[in-house]
Amino acid sequence: MSWESVIGLEVHVQLSTRSKIFSGSATAFGAEPNTQANAVDIALPGVLPVMNREAAVMAVKFGLAVNATVNQRSVFARKNYFYPDLPKGYQISQYEIPIVGPGYLDIEVDGEILRVGITRAHLEEDAGKSLHEDFHGMTGIDLNRAGTPLLEVVSEPDMRSAAQAVAYLRKMHTLVRYLGICDGNMQEGSFRCDANVSVRRAGDDRLGTRTELKNINSFRFVEKAINFEIERQVEVIEGGGSVVQETRLYDPDRDETRSMRGKEQAHDYRYFPDPDLPPLVIDDDFVEASRRAMPELPDAKRRRFVESYGLREADADMLVTDRPVADYFEAVCAATAADARTAANWVNGDVAAALNRDGIDMTAIPVPAEHVGRLLDRIADGTISGKIAKDVFSTMWSSGDDPDSIIESRGLKQISDAGAIEQIVDAVLADSAAQVEQYRAGNQKVVGFLVGQVMKRSEGKANPKQVNEILRRKLDA
Amino acid sequence: MPHRHSLTELAAMLRAREISAVELLDHFLARIEAAGELNAFITVDAEGARAQARAADDMLAGDDPPPLAGVPIAHKDIFCTRGLKTSCGSRILDNFIAPYDATVVERLAAAGAVTLGKTNMDEFAMGSSNETSWYGPVKNPWDAARVPGGSSGGSAAAVAARLVPGATGTDTGGSIRQPAAFCALTGLKPSYGRVSRYGIVAFASSLDQAGPLAQSAADAALLLDAMAGFDSRDSTSLENQLPPTRASLEDGLRGLRIGLPKEFFDAGVDATVAAAVEAAVAALCKLGATTVEVSLPNMAAGIPCYYVIAPAEASSNLARFDGVRYGYRCDDPVDLADLYERSRAEGFGAEVKRRIMIGTYALSSGYYDAYYLKAQKIRRLIASDFDTAFEQCDIVLGPTTPTTAFALGEKTDDPVSMYLNDIYTNTVNLAGLPGVSLPVGFDAAGLPIGMQLIGPYLGEARLLNVAHRYQGVTDYHRQLPGMFA
Amino acid sequence: MSITKEDVHRIATLARLRIGDEEVDGYADNLSRILDLVEQMNAVDTDAIEPMAHPLDVALRLRPDEVTETDRRDAFLEIAPAADRGLYLVPRVIE
Repeated sequence: MSWESVIGLEVHVQLSTRSKIFSGSATAFGAEPNTQANAVDIALPGVLPVMNREAAVMAVKFGLAVNATVNQRSVFARKNYFYPDLPKGYQISQYEIPIVGPGYLDIEVDGEILRVGITRAHLEEDAGKSLHEDFHGMTGIDLNRAGTPLLEVVSEPDMRSAAQAVAYLRKMHTLVRYLGICDGNMQEGSFRCDANVSVRRAGDDRLGTRTELKNINSFRFVEKAINFEIERQVEVIEGGGSVVQETRLYDPDRDETRSMRGKEQAHDYRYFPDPDLPPLVIDDDFVEASRRAMPELPDAKRRRFVESYGLREADADMLVTDRPVADYFEAVCAATAADARTAANWVNGDVAAALNRDGIDMTAIPVPAEHVGRLLDRIADGTISGKIAKDVFSTMWSSGDDPDSIIESRGLKQISDAGAIEQIVDAVLADSAAQVEQYRAGNQKVVGFLVGQVMKRSEGKANPKQVNEILRRKLDA
Repeated sequence: MPHRHSLTELAAMLRAREISAVELLDHFLARIEAAGELNAFITVDAEGARAQARAADDMLAGDDPPPLAGVPIAHKDIFCTRGLKTSCGSRILDNFIAPYDATVVERLAAAGAVTLGKTNMDEFAMGSSNETSWYGPVKNPWDAARVPGGSSGGSAAAVAARLVPGATGTDTGGSIRQPAAFCALTGLKPSYGRVSRYGIVAFASSLDQAGPLAQSAADAALLLDAMAGFDSRDSTSLENQLPPTRASLEDGLRGLRIGLPKEFFDAGVDATVAAAVEAAVAALCKLGATTVEVSLPNMAAGIPCYYVIAPAEASSNLARFDGVRYGYRCDDPVDLADLYERSRAEGFGAEVKRRIMIGTYALSSGYYDAYYLKAQKIRRLIASDFDTAFEQCDIVLGPTTPTTAFALGEKTDDPVSMYLNDIYTNTVNLAGLPGVSLPVGFDAAGLPIGMQLIGPYLGEARLLNVAHRYQGVTDYHRQLPGMFA
Repeated sequence: MSITKEDVHRIATLARLRIGDEEVDGYADNLSRILDLVEQMNAVDTDAIEPMAHPLDVALRLRPDEVTETDRRDAFLEIAPAADRGLYLVPRVIE
C-alpha cells in the first residue's frame, strides 16, 4: 500500500520594523528583560493601540511579491485566551479579513516546478516569553517581544513531501529577506514555522486527519519533523488505529514529535473585531508606493543574471539565494573587465568558501567587491595566474589590502618574458632527460609533469600559457 | 459662599483675584470632609491639590492664565492619574497607582484645573445605581435613602452637593446622563471620538465616552472644550478641528426643530417625569422652537442589543486583570489556573462577573451569530433610525430616565430591572451620538427630573446651546439639596 | 433560553473566574434572566442588515515607525504583585 502525505505550512514572519506594531517601543532583540515593554505592551488599564504604518507597508510588499490580492479593507480582531505572556488576555490579529488574500509561490524540487498556494497572510502581534529556569519554582515573564509585528503566512496543503516543504520554506525565507521585511534569523525566532501534516492512501481525494507540528525552527528540523510525523501516522493507520487531530511538539534531541494533549485547554478564542482599531484601509496609492519601494525579487534577478550576464542557471540560483551575495556579485562585475561567469565562479567558489570557513555572512565580508574585481583583471591581463590569484585572495581576506599592492609587495607578478621562461624551460629539460625521452616515444602525458616543474621553479609566476607553448616548441624541435 | 457659584463664575472670580485657588480649594475640602456620609469620593488628594492650587495662584498672578486656572474638579476613579490610586471602583485595582495620566486628566490640568480627588463609581462602570462599587454605595444628596444613579454616581453626588464645582464622568450606556438626571445636574455624553479614551479604564470600547457632570450647560461647555480634541494615542480619536461649544451658547432657538420620538413617551415613562419634560418642551417652544413627532422604531431592542455588545467587549477588556502585572493577586496560588481564577473571582464583584460571563457566552463558539452578530445588526438599525429622525428635526428630545431616583437596594437583586433604567440612554451610545441631560423639575418627593437632548453626530454645540437657553429661563439647575445649601 | 449549571462552569472556565458550588445556581438564574432579555432581539428582523461593529466610520490612522518609548521598567515593576530580576513572576508554567 502506498501513501501520500499532505503538508501545509504556517510561517510566522517577524517584521523588521524599528518599533512595535501597536506601540512606540523598540523591537531590538536581546535587550534586558522588560526594558522594551511599555504601558501598551504590558496592557496597563486604559492604554490603547496605535498601528505602525511600516508594518502595513511590509505586509503589502509581501502580498505583491507572492502575486496575492491586497485587501483594500482588512480588520483587526481580538483572539481571546489567557496566558502569562499575553498581557491583554487577547492577541490583536486579523481573522475574517486579512490584509493579504490568496496568492502563490512557485518552488522547484528535482527540476520540477510546483505552485504552492498561499491562502492568506495576516498581521498580528507577537507574545512575550516565559522563562522557566531558576526562579525558585516560578516562571519569569519577559514582555520585550510582546507587540512585535508578525505576518502569519498560511499555505494551502499543496506540498506532498518534506523536501517540498523545505523548498517552500527556503524560498519564503529568501523572499522575506529580499523584501527587507524580516531578518530571517531562525535562532532568534524571527522566522518560525508550524506544519500541518496528514497522510492518505495514494489516489484518495479526501484529506486525512491532520496534526499540527510546532517548534520546528530550522530547515533541517522541518524536514526531520515532517518525515517522522508521516511515518508515525502511517504506522498508526496501518496498525489499525486512527490519527488524532492535535498539536504535536517536535523534540530535536530525540528526533520525534510528541503529543501536547492534556497540556492544552480546549480553545474557544471568541474572536471579534477590535473596537479600539478602525478597519485598516489600503488604497491604490498605498499599494503603488509600496510596489515602488520593492527591490528586484529573486526569480526576476535569476532570470536577469542568466539573460544579461550569460550565467548558468545553477550559478545564478546560488547567487540569488541571498540578496547581499547577489549584490556583491554585481559589484564585482562592475569592477572588472573579466567575464561574468568568472566572477560568478569566484563569488560562489572562493568567496563563499571563505565566508563559510569564518562563519560570517556576506554583510560582514572583509574584502570589498572592487578588490575581487581587480584581482580578476590581474588574471585576465596575465599579471598573475589563477593559482597565484587564490593566494592573493587569501591575503586580501586576512589583511584587507588591495590585490595590486599584495602582488607588488610579494613579487608575485607573472613572468611573461619569453626569454626568462625559455631559460627555466631549458634548465628543466636538461634535468629531465628521462621524461623528454618518453615524450619523444609518444607519451604526451609527461608534458603536464614538465609544465609543473617549470611552474615550480618559477615559484608559480611563469605564465602557464607561454610555458606550454615554449615547452612544446622545444620538445617538438 | 463660593459653592453657590457655578464653575464658570468661579473661574471668573479666580481670574479677577476675588478669591484665591488655595482658599477655594480649602472651602471645598471642608465640604467634602463634612459630607463623608455621601461616600462620593474614593480618594481625596488634599496635599496634591494644594500644590496644584498654589501653582494655579502663581499662574493667576501672571498674564493670560489658562481658562480653568485654580478651579477644583474631581475625576471619576476610572481616569488614570499618575501617582494617585485609580481603582475603577474595584477591589482588583484597589492597590493600583497608574504610572501615567489619562488624556482627559492631562488636558484639564493643562487648562489649570486642580484635581481634588477621585470619585466613587459602579465597579468598572457597570451599574446604574453606584451600588456595585467595592467602596460601597454612594447616596443621593437629594435623599440619602436613594441612589445617585450610576455609574458616575460619585461625580454626580459630589457636584450635586457642591463638594466640587464640576467633575468628569464616563458614559457607556447612560452613566453620565442618568446620574445627572437623578441629581439635578447637566451631564453631557459627547459624540464617540470627540474625547480621547486614552487612560480611561475600558469598559466597552465602542461605546465609552468621557464627559462633564456640571451645574449648568455653560459649565459643561467650559469643561468639554477643555477635555475634547484629537489625541494621537487613541486610534478612535477624531482629527476634526471643531469650534469651542462655548462660542454658540447664546445662539437663538428660532427655527429649531425638536423631534419627539413617540417611543420615549409611551406607557413606560412615569407620568410626573413625562409632564415635566412636556413643560420643558413648551418653554423651548416659547423660545422659538417647533416640535415634530418622530419615531425610533427599534428603541426597545436597544437594551437587549446593548447587553450583548457591552458585556462582550467588557469580557475581553477585563481579561488583562489577571493578577500578573499589577492589581490584586490572590494569596498563595497553587498553579497558574488558580492564580487567574481566584485573583479574578476575589477581585471582581458579582455584577462585573455576571457581565463578563454574559459577554464570554455571547462570543463563544456556536453563539456568536445568534448574539454578537445579531446585536451588531440591530445596532445598525438603531443608528439608521436616528439618521432618519434627523432628516426631520435638529435635535431629539425625551426623558433621560423612566423614573426619578429609586431607593438604595431596590433593584440590586434583579439585574434585569436595573438594566431597564438605561432604556432612553443606551441607544445614543450604540449610535455614537452626543446626548445631554438637564434638570427640568422635581417630583412630588422633591426628587430631580432629567430631560435628554440627543444631537446628530458632533452636534454637541447645538445641544449645549439649547440647554443653556432653557437654563436662561428656568432655575431648576440652580437648586441645591437642602442639606448642602 | 436558560443557562445550565454546566454552562456556568464552562463560561467561568473560559473567563477564568472561580465560581463556588454555592454560587452556581445564583449565576445560572441571573444569567438565564439576562439571556431572556437579550433574546428580545429575535423579535427584530435583521435579514440583509450589515453588522455595525463600530459607531465610527473612519479608516485606521497609521503612525510612523519610530521608537518613542523609553525604558520605564522600574516604574512598572514597582506595581507588580511579584517580580524578580526584571521579570514578572507567576506559578510555574508547564510546557
